[in-house]
Amino acid sequence: MTTTMNKRPNTAMKKIMFAAIMMAAGAMPARAASEADFKAAFAAADSAEKEAGRLRNQWTTTEAALAAAKKAAETANFDQAVMSAREAEALAKASIFQATSEKERWKDMEIR
Amino acid sequence: MASSIRVRAILNGDTTDVQTLIQHPMDTGLVKDAKGEVIPAHYIQQLSFEHNGKAVFLADWGTAVSKDPYVKFAFKGAAKGDELKVSWVDNQGATDSLTAKIQ
Amino acid sequence: MRARFALSLVVTALALGAVTAAATAADRPDPAADAKAFRDFFVKKFPKVKFEDFVNGPYSMNEDMRRQWEDKEQFPPYEFALEAGKEMFGTPFKNGKSYADCFANGGIGVRQTYPYFDEQEGKVVTLELALNKCRETNGEAPYSYVKDEMASLTAYMAYTSRGKPFDIKIPNDPRALEAYEKGKEYFYTRRGQLNFSCASCHVQNPGERIRAEILAPAIGILNAMPIYRSEWSGMGTISRRFTTCNSQIRGVPLEPQSDEYRDLEYYLSYVSNGLPISGPGARP
Repeated sequence: MTTTMNKRPNTAMKKIMFAAIMMAAGAMPARAASEADFKAAFAAADSAEKEAGRLRNQWTTTEAALAAAKKAAETANFDQAVMSAREAEALAKASIFQATSEKERWKDMEIR
Repeated sequence: MASSIRVRAILNGDTTDVQTLIQHPMDTGLVKDAKGEVIPAHYIQQLSFEHNGKAVFLADWGTAVSKDPYVKFAFKGAAKGDELKVSWVDNQGATDSLTAKIQ
Repeated sequence: MRARFALSLVVTALALGAVTAAATAADRPDPAADAKAFRDFFVKKFPKVKFEDFVNGPYSMNEDMRRQWEDKEQFPPYEFALEAGKEMFGTPFKNGKSYADCFANGGIGVRQTYPYFDEQEGKVVTLELALNKCRETNGEAPYSYVKDEMASLTAYMAYTSRGKPFDIKIPNDPRALEAYEKGKEYFYTRRGQLNFSCASCHVQNPGERIRAEILAPAIGILNAMPIYRSEWSGMGTISRRFTTCNSQIRGVPLEPQSDEYRDLEYYLSYVSNGLPISGPGARP
């Protein structure tokens, strides 16, 4: 008895194919972000931003990304919330890098 | 109450140079206050300068003119000591006017 | 995506901004030498500008803007704030005392001596800080540092000092020298996502445009304060300008009259010693 693959893929097959394409494209995580993922990402971003605050060098764009993360989480859009939180963390870390390197580099700009 | 209008008119040869500073909020009606409520539009709509009963400068203004407007212009045909009357009317019906002597 | 771009922007800008000069060991701070070097830099960069004219900021850099400004100075936009300031200054507090009781010479013609280093308090005292201290000592609520009443009061006090040269003193006290150095460091330190320092605009690019504005030179930049700024459609103090400058380069502003800002004002005022007070001023 021979069996042939149905020419039109069924729904489950479509979902698997979609996820595979998406994973290959790298555009989305393999699974949707959870609230726990958001909380972890936000905590990391928040702690970095607080460190930037201790260095007296926070960026307005970091604050905006943190706010966007919180707002997305409020509507349970955790994928977006995690993305915004990660962006905030990267911005906060960049501002920390700026503050620490400028501790020495400022002298290069000084009029002598 | 002090006038909202300050004016200086100086005769140079046969030309009178006029400068005015008017205190007025010139609110556009597009701005919200700290509470999030719109600040109503409040701006000068007509400004006129009269010399010997004749208008030498007329302006129809809208919301594009900034707060505390400053105007400068020149006109001919006046003599020292003549009177120059400045008046304005705004969109809320308020008015003010001032008469100054040409120096 | 934006985060990676921002990071590469910072790294690139930092690399481009750094001058690969041998870092001279900053042993003992020498403010007098700094001030001389500062003056020489701007005089050399702008040989056609009369020294006193630097206090006029962008108008010393651009003829067309100067003409418009000179016209408007006959009926300056800060006139209303100045009159209000004079009236406020002369009105006694609820306890019967007045601002005159808090200042040398009754507060008339003293603006050019601010900021000063208060050796008792161990910190820099600016004019704005002194005015609110005066209010609080006499049972009055402090004013916001950025505009309105504070701008009117400082406008009046600046006006009474017009023409007097900045006369900022750094006493022989290591804390005063430290405050001066911190102010200098703040001035040259890059900050905000746009990675600008005060020097990026006011030392490297005076006379050039940023968006539609002509940049002022750093020397004498506080002499015209407080200013009526067309952009604000109103008056603003030194505090207002420092905080808005920060947010314009995407840096979260510090609290008005924070240590950093007061130290910065101390530095900028000191290196402008000798230049006349021209406040209150008008700017685009």
